[in-house]
This record gives sequence, structure tokens and C-alpha cells, in this order.
Amino acid sequence: MDFLMRPTPINKKFITPGVIILILLAINGLVFLATRFIFGLGATTNLCNQHPWGIWIAIDVATGVALAAGGFTSAALGHIIHRERYHVILRPALLTAMLGYTFVAIGVFVDLGRYYSIWHPLIMWNGTSPLFEVGICVMIYATVLYIEFLPIVTEKFIGKVKWKGILSKPIDSFLRFLDRGLGKTMFIFIIAGVVLSTLHQSSLGTLMVIAGPKMHPLWQTPILPLLFLFSAIAVGFPMIIFESLLASRSLGLKMEMDILSRLAKRVAPLLGIYLAVKLIDMVIRGTYIYLTEINVQSVMFVIEIVIGIIIPLRMLFSEQVLKSPLWLFVSASFVVAGVFINRINCFLVAYSAPYALDSYFPSVGEISVTVGFIAILVLIYRAFVMFFPIISLPDRRLTQKTKYSIMGGEK
Amino acid sequence: MPTQNRRDFFKTAAFIGASAASISSLPIKAATPEKLSENRMGVLVDTTVCIGCRNCEWACKEAHNLKTDSLNTYSDRSVLDKKRRPDEYALTVVNEYSNPKNQLLPTDVKVQCMHCDEPACVSACIVGAFTKHENGAVTWDSDKCIGCRYCMIACPFQVPAFEYSKALEPKIMKCDFCFDRTKEGKLPACVEICPAEALTYGKREDLIKIAHDRIKKQPDRYFNHVLGEHEVGGTSWLYLAGQDFAKLDFPVLGEAPAPGVTESIQHGIFAYFIPPIALYALLGGVMWLNKKKNKSEDEL
Repeated sequence: MDFLMRPTPINKKFITPGVIILILLAINGLVFLATRFIFGLGATTNLCNQHPWGIWIAIDVATGVALAAGGFTSAALGHIIHRERYHVILRPALLTAMLGYTFVAIGVFVDLGRYYSIWHPLIMWNGTSPLFEVGICVMIYATVLYIEFLPIVTEKFIGKVKWKGILSKPIDSFLRFLDRGLGKTMFIFIIAGVVLSTLHQSSLGTLMVIAGPKMHPLWQTPILPLLFLFSAIAVGFPMIIFESLLASRSLGLKMEMDILSRLAKRVAPLLGIYLAVKLIDMVIRGTYIYLTEINVQSVMFVIEIVIGIIIPLRMLFSEQVLKSPLWLFVSASFVVAGVFINRINCFLVAYSAPYALDSYFPSVGEISVTVGFIAILVLIYRAFVMFFPIISLPDRRLTQKTKYSIMGGEK
Repeated sequence: MPTQNRRDFFKTAAFIGASAASISSLPIKAATPEKLSENRMGVLVDTTVCIGCRNCEWACKEAHNLKTDSLNTYSDRSVLDKKRRPDEYALTVVNEYSNPKNQLLPTDVKVQCMHCDEPACVSACIVGAFTKHENGAVTWDSDKCIGCRYCMIACPFQVPAFEYSKALEPKIMKCDFCFDRTKEGKLPACVEICPAEALTYGKREDLIKIAHDRIKKQPDRYFNHVLGEHEVGGTSWLYLAGQDFAKLDFPVLGEAPAPGVTESIQHGIFAYFIPPIALYALLGGVMWLNKKKNKSEDEL
């Protein structure tokens, strides 16, 4: 007998050996972060006038935004196309997106020379700047994500506010009011979230277009925004698969293989479209000639295409891969790694500084801060799924309604 | 009749989609914030005249309150052995290159912001901290800048520099065409001090005529190209040289303004906000239909 799935806080011990390692990485990152704020960007990073952007932009911001795409792709599938069965993945994806965007904002904050002026774009507008558009969209979208997360908070606390005195009652009724209001208006935010995502995911690609000939022709194309959007859409589900398999393993839960392999089936066409557009663009612009030269750029381009698109695309066509948690995890990891490499390529490898004497490689400080942020993100994720009802577990009190046995099965 | 509704809906959606696509595909030219003044000024740099005395470097630092040694130290020509770039400590530098026509007479090239007519920095800056002024100068506003360094990514000449050593109030440093001096009717500091008259300050259109005149009069002396006349849509600073500019470390650039493609994309996506709104409506419609479908299935 199947039980209905229901989001439940996971009751597990927070501290494990892995968690201790993450805490150490986080502390290490924060120490280097302190040096950035005390001594300036020059002291902590390898950035210079020839290499104005480093991994804090390429990984923390650009890759961060791309890998948080699971939030809007799952919302589109679950809420807008309205496939009920995927509802179990919506909350974990939402949490990842919310935390992802929070750390994107923190990443930008850290990288800004004048971080205390980060609010300037709110009142100082420049419509011709794609960075302005990205900034504003990310700000609004992060807010939308927080609003989308609110019902999970109210669900956690309604009827459970146990403070002494007169406060507990008004707070409880406020939460109920919030919950009802959000329930009725949530569709506005869900659609807004998807629209905002398509806008800034693509505009992130527009960013590098203005670099013109400074960007290697293998990546420099007017359709860069389209490629960024397609790759973000393609990486959304693999990222959800990647993290839910990882989380199930780490938290000792049963893997949701049924849902995940259904999700994985949808990845291949998305990856295929991305690959097709990328290759057609390459043929039209004739940039394949650059592949005959052997240099960092051409090697990285081939790695990006083969590891990030072709291998996982082939894997996802195999029924065996779709059924095996390990192979599904491997193929999802390839897609994630591919987008990761693509963003690093676009922002760092492809950018050739015209007068650089040496090439850019991130400093120990930059790597420490980036790794530290990822560690903190994972720790917060773990804390959240233990405290809030996010991951769906079978609930013994709820049995399957009969309609599912009739309507079940997509085709 | 749900099927009828759906068909209607798709018709509407297709209409919205098509109209959005047609609007976004309109060729929209890169817009300069203000119309370029016909009287905008410029400087013609004749690298065949420059003697590499580097007095301009000193004068520039003096005019911008930057740390500098006394003018005497600038006669040390060993500095020229290395190629330098303008940075946060020097807004202009002179580099020396060998001259294939006369080994004894090296070519000296002064480098600074080119003050583009359609500047990438102005277009790219997230807060609009850069301004293209009526007199041709492109300046940076400390009160707006947030230190994102996107201008440095955008600049086709790789000119803006950033004060990486400062933890607070780091500035973007670049030549400001002596905006404060020219406002008072003075010459830019480098032009004023130049003893060889390698720098000519004047109306840009006059300078272009002078440049072509010089090439015409002495075709052996000059490489037949005025750098900056058409590059990335034209620049306020113009260069003459005795050899190919690529050999003098100038970037090889086309004539299209640097921000052109980006601005076309941006205007396409945001044509009167129609594409985003159309997408919102489309998604809303899909959501509504799917919900309805689900409900009717529930009732079965």
C-alpha cells in the first residue's frame, strides 16, 4: 500500500563528520573574507586591471544563478504546466533557488569595490546596461523566492506559537491571515518568478557581448543570451536530481527514483536543443576553424561540449541510466559540471585581456571564499530541511486517494 | 466547452507571441544618451612627432593630484624599455616602439582614454556613472559608482583602471580629458606641456581634416590611416603614425560602436516591456488552462 507523500522536517542528527569538514571550510572562507574587507580586493584576490572579474563573478554569481535555475524550471513544470506528481520536488528546488540567489547576492556584495553602495541601482538607472537588468531582476526574483517560501514558514508555525502572554494569539492569527492571503495570490508570484528568471538568465549572457573582440570567438556571439537561457533551462532538472540524490544519501532517505527518472527523461530534449543551437551558431559564424588550433580556449570548449552535453545526452537516452540512482547521479553531475565549465569559460577562459602579461588564476583567498560560501549554503540547506517541512516523506496517516490509481501514469 | 476555450486561448497566445516577436526583431540602433555635439573637441596625437619626453605624464599627474616625482626624473628613458599601460597611478603613459623607417628615431605612443563617441563604459555602467559630455570628454562620477568593474570588461581599449589596493572608496581611474581645466578655458594638461607639439587640441572635425592633410602632404612619413576616425564609431582622440597601428599595440577594432549589439539585444527584450508582459500573460493562460483541466478531471 502506497502512502501519500507529505513534506516533513527530517529528524536526524545535524552534526556528522562531513558537516564538521563543511564547518571548517566555512570558517576558512570567512577568515579570507575578512581580509577582503579589511585590506581591499587587491590584497585578497588575483584581480588586476587586465582581469577585472574573477571566480567570484564567474562561479559565485554566474554559475550560482545558472544552478539555481531548478527553482523556475520546476515551478514551470509543477505549477504552470501543473503536473501534480512533481510537487514533491518543488519545495527542495525552491529552497535551493532561494539559498542560491541569496548567495549570489552575497557574492556580488563581496566582489563590489564599493559594496556599501550596492543599493545604488535601485535609484540610479541605466536602461542600456544588461548588468542593470540582471541586478534588478535578481533583486526582485530573490524577493519573489522569499515570498514563495513563506507558506512553508507559516505551515511550520501555525498553531505552534507557544509564547507566554498575550502575544501568541495575535501572532498565530497573523500567520493564518498571511497563509490565506498567500494561498490566493501565490500564482502571481509563481508566474512572475518564471518571467524574471527567463529575463535575467538570458541577460547574464548579454553581459559579455559588449566585451566584443576581447572575448574568444568560440563563445562570443550575439545569441549568447539565448544560449545562457537554454543552458539554464537544461541544467534545472539535473541540478534537482543531483541535489536530491545527494540529500537522500546524506540524510538516509529512500531515493525518489520514480519522480527523478521521469524528470531525467525531460532533460535530454532540453540538452539537445541547447546543443543544436550552439552548434548551428558555430556553423553559421564559422568559428569551428578555431578548434583546429590547440590552446586553452579550444580545449576548454571541447571539454565543455563533450562532458557537459554529449556524454550526459547519450547517457540519458539509456533506460538503465534512468533506473540506476548511481548512473542517474553521474549523468546529472555531468550536466551540472558542463554548465559550471561553460560559465567559467564565458567569463574567464574566453576573456582575453588585451594587454595582460600573465593569465588569471584565482588566489587562495578567492578559492577559500567561494568554497566557504558553498559550504555555508550546504549547511543552511541541511538545517532548513531538518527544521522546515521541505522534503516529502510518505505519511502513514494519509493513504492514496483512489483517483490517482485511475488517473495515474502519464500516458 | 473547454476545448473551444482552449482553441481561442491558443489563438490569442499565438497572436501575442507573434506581435512580441515582430517588435523585438525590429532593428533598433544603438542609442547614444544625448546627441553628439558637432563642436565636440578632440586631440590629434602625431606619434611621428612625439619625442618620448614623458612631460605629459608628469603634467597629468600634477593636474589630477596624483603622486609624482619631480619633472627632472622623467628624463630617465630606461622607463621606456618596458611597455606600460595607464593605471590607477598614471592616467596616461608613453610607450616606445622601434621604427622600421629609421632605427635611430623610435616611435613614441602616448596612451590614455580615447573618449569614444559611443562609449562602451557609458552604455555598460550599471548605475550610469559615466557621462559623454558635449565637449567630447567621457567622465566618471564617484558618487554613483559601486565598483563592479563592468566598465573595464566593456572598454574596447582596456583603459579604465581600478584602485584594488583600497578597501574603502576605491575609484575607477582614467583620463577625464582634463574636464575641470577645459571648463575654465584651459588646455588639457598634457597638450599644454607638450614641447614637441605632438598633441593638437581642437574641434574633432577640424582635427580629422588636419590629419588627412598631413597624410596627403607627406605620404612617405605617414601610414595612411587616422586611428580613431571610425574605430568603434569614432573617438575624440585621434592618432597618426608612421607604421601599422597594430604594431604599436593598438587593438584591431571594427567600425561598429562597441555597445551596438548589446543595446539592440536589450531594446529587443524590453521593447516597451511588451515581451516580458506577453510572456507573463502566456504563462498565466497556460497555468489557468492546466488548472482547469485538472479540476475537470477531478470531477470525473
